[in-house]
Amino acid sequence: MTLFAVGITLYGLIEAGLTRNGEMPASLFVYGVLFGGLAVLAHLFIRFFAPWSDPLLLPLATLLNGLGIAMLWRLYEATGDTSNGSAMNQLILTAGSMAVFAAVVYFLKEPRTLQRYPYIMALSAVVLLLTPLIPGIGMSVNGAQQWLNLGFTTLQPSEFAKIALVIFLAGYMVTKRDVLALASRQIKIGPLKVLDLPRMRDTAPMAAMWGFCIIVLVILMNDLGTSLMLFGTFLAMIYVATHRGSWIAIGLTAFFGACALIYPLVPHFRVRMVTWLDAFRPDVFCTDKYLADPDSFCQTSGDSQQLVEGLFAMAEGGMTGTGLGGGKPGFVPEVHNDFIFMAFGEELGLAGCMVILLALALLVERGMRIALASKELFIKMFASGISFLIGFQSFVIIGGVTRVIPMTGATIPFVAKGGSALLSSWIMLALLMRMSNNARKPAPQAIQDEGATQVIQR
Amino acid sequence: MNKPIRRLALFTMALFGVLLLNISWIQTFQAESLREHPYNSRQFLKSLNQHRGSILVGSEEVAYSEPVGGDSERYQRHYENGPMYAPVVGAFRAGSATGIERAANSFLDGSNELLAVNNFRDMLTGEEPKGADVYLTVDSGAQQAAMDGLQSLGKNGAAVALNPQTGAVLASYSSPTYDPNSVASVTNTEEANQNWTELEASEQQPLLNRGLNQVYPPGSTFKVVTAATALENGATPESTQEAPASLDLGQPLPNAWDGPCNGGAPDSLAHSIEISCNTSMANWAIELGGQKLHDQASAFGFNQGPMEIPLPVNESSAPLETDPNILGRAGIGQANIQATPLQMALVAAGVANDGDVMKPYLIDSIQNSNLEEVKAAQPEVAFPDAVSSGTAEDLTRMMIGVTEGDEASGPAGAISGIDVAGKTGTAETGTGHTHNWFISFAPADDPQIAVAVVVENGDASGGAVAAPIAQDMMEAVINE
Repeated sequence: MTLFAVGITLYGLIEAGLTRNGEMPASLFVYGVLFGGLAVLAHLFIRFFAPWSDPLLLPLATLLNGLGIAMLWRLYEATGDTSNGSAMNQLILTAGSMAVFAAVVYFLKEPRTLQRYPYIMALSAVVLLLTPLIPGIGMSVNGAQQWLNLGFTTLQPSEFAKIALVIFLAGYMVTKRDVLALASRQIKIGPLKVLDLPRMRDTAPMAAMWGFCIIVLVILMNDLGTSLMLFGTFLAMIYVATHRGSWIAIGLTAFFGACALIYPLVPHFRVRMVTWLDAFRPDVFCTDKYLADPDSFCQTSGDSQQLVEGLFAMAEGGMTGTGLGGGKPGFVPEVHNDFIFMAFGEELGLAGCMVILLALALLVERGMRIALASKELFIKMFASGISFLIGFQSFVIIGGVTRVIPMTGATIPFVAKGGSALLSSWIMLALLMRMSNNARKPAPQAIQDEGATQVIQR
Repeated sequence: MNKPIRRLALFTMALFGVLLLNISWIQTFQAESLREHPYNSRQFLKSLNQHRGSILVGSEEVAYSEPVGGDSERYQRHYENGPMYAPVVGAFRAGSATGIERAANSFLDGSNELLAVNNFRDMLTGEEPKGADVYLTVDSGAQQAAMDGLQSLGKNGAAVALNPQTGAVLASYSSPTYDPNSVASVTNTEEANQNWTELEASEQQPLLNRGLNQVYPPGSTFKVVTAATALENGATPESTQEAPASLDLGQPLPNAWDGPCNGGAPDSLAHSIEISCNTSMANWAIELGGQKLHDQASAFGFNQGPMEIPLPVNESSAPLETDPNILGRAGIGQANIQATPLQMALVAAGVANDGDVMKPYLIDSIQNSNLEEVKAAQPEVAFPDAVSSGTAEDLTRMMIGVTEGDEASGPAGAISGIDVAGKTGTAETGTGHTHNWFISFAPADDPQIAVAVVVENGDASGGAVAAPIAQDMMEAVINE
């Protein structure tokens, strides 16, 4: 299956090369050997060191990663513009990410050991999230203050912070589960139970999370995507831990309430909302001469141009797409970043988009299955948290670019360009696979010859 | 803990479900409208690399594409006699298109479904796809006469000519005009854009097609409609109305000259048309009533909403009026009467065509790149029996008086050797200036062309400035 995923990637490269230049990409061999080799290595590695892990996870990740590389190759090599990195760059980053992936799988034999350090994790998450605010190394890209400039490379620490945060939440909630789940004040109207309100002091983590997401991420850093993702994951995990709808009710109320409150105060937040709701309004789409001649095209782009051009790209693709290399993704500003999904939409059409969405959905559901199959509470929390994070992140970004929800900055796991996103995706995959391996590992057989000797598991 | 995890799994599934539904919706049902969205420049840029069909007048290619050459795959659009045909042909430029270039775009770029078979054949034979050619109904002689006439006056205005028997538009010129070549460059788009911006900003509004998209008070040319109302309602050309020097309609409504129309005696309908008497025609309108006038105007095409020929045409209006003061003025084409030059040409054409107003059209036929006709104009009646043929005959005779009568108000519209039916008009604009009109058709016994000419702020009589232009246009068609 992994080989199949590699094959699709190479086929993508060939098609793009043929369509663009009328010949096989010269570097096809290099890509084939490198990417194929990497995938095979990863596969073999898993065979040896996590043999019982879910067999579907690695091929899915390989497929998504490979499609990303093929699309980036098409976007960069075809235009000759490699100022933002290149497909080769992405391939090297993939290699690095896979190495880390292997290291995590190898060294982290028992993910539950992570349970021991919830507060260290919490602290590191917060520190990671805040580092971009440090003057000097903090960097703002396209308005969002979410990057670290380390001189030789740039990092997006939030990508890693979210993993740390999931670990912390899993650890914290397993310990506090009973309190969070049971201690409550019931609000009744007559004999009817309306809502189970948690005790005031138990809402502290919620409040902290809420305050952090809103104040720091949205107001200070203009990082709506991370904020939405983290808070969503937090809600999902607290729900899993407590099975209480009231937490979600409170969380959503607080979050949207805050959104409503800051709406008039935070300009960039307002811009996002307007862009989303009125994407096709002339003055949102365009800032120049839209009034003079509604028939002429926009010279100076407005806030929603990227979104609208993205939708046009998808429409251009239709059911089956223009074929890799056959589209004009250059119409969508910054298409290689957040809007890479639109490039797939244009060139692979509805069919290609479905493949990507289904691959992501399968990945998430297999992750959820791991959570179900695991026996330990911490692992259950951890696996479901990671899975939800992958799924929700996909939803936030793809929903954003297809105008289901307001656009926020986020990356499609495995597909999107960039080291941080890729690395964190592979780390998440490594964690899932390790947990999957442990959950599915058959219990050691009792050695029948020894009679009734009790086998003590673990 | 498994139950919430299952629920969470279902929830994420639902999220993906939402995404799937949404992209399916976008890429199937919404795709078409998104592709054709006015902001979508993809189609346009794609079309820059297509061999676009030509637009022809007669056998002359007035708009055609040629490869830019060099490395570029683009085609450059060229316009022969650009300024002359710009009001009809429009311009295909980096940004969008106007005129026929826009209205017939799907044929010119080959995307129309009528061309699908041909495109498919081209694909099989490996031939480079080429859009269809659009043949216009425009007569180069009439169009030239219209341009020459308006340009030599140096005034803004418009001239529209129709074939009254078919509705084919023989001329549609609007002054001032512009050269589409100056805005159509695909190699120097910056300058082209700048030229366009200047055209847009110009106070003279060279981009406005005055023949189709500007409404004016039609002035005395509207008396044809008032006379038609009277004839349809039992009057004869000999029926009379009081025709004093001035009527008191809130404010005095005088004649165009000092004095009554028939030496103080009631004036006949025929004579009132010939000399363009204001007071008697206002009396006719008041006597007939607002409803009848409104109905008759509607029968000629007023109040019928915008048209597409396929260029968009604005609505002309003759609202239902009950106040006799306003109604009197409406009867002579003032007050609330608003007409496009095309509409007044339709009035003339309706009279010329025994009372049936034909639907105007600009595209004669469309030929695909294999020279097969994919579409041909089918003349159809737009407004049948606008007047009865008897009324049409009476009106024709009365209008001949305008160019040939003893006291003719528009002798400049006459052509020696044939009868020309015409009507002059001098419309007050409320600014102290007058717009000068002439509508006509000829030959009166076998009409080949119906014309409406308007000269903005001509400050003369319609017979003096507009009639000669109409005359040249008629001659150009008749002498062919």
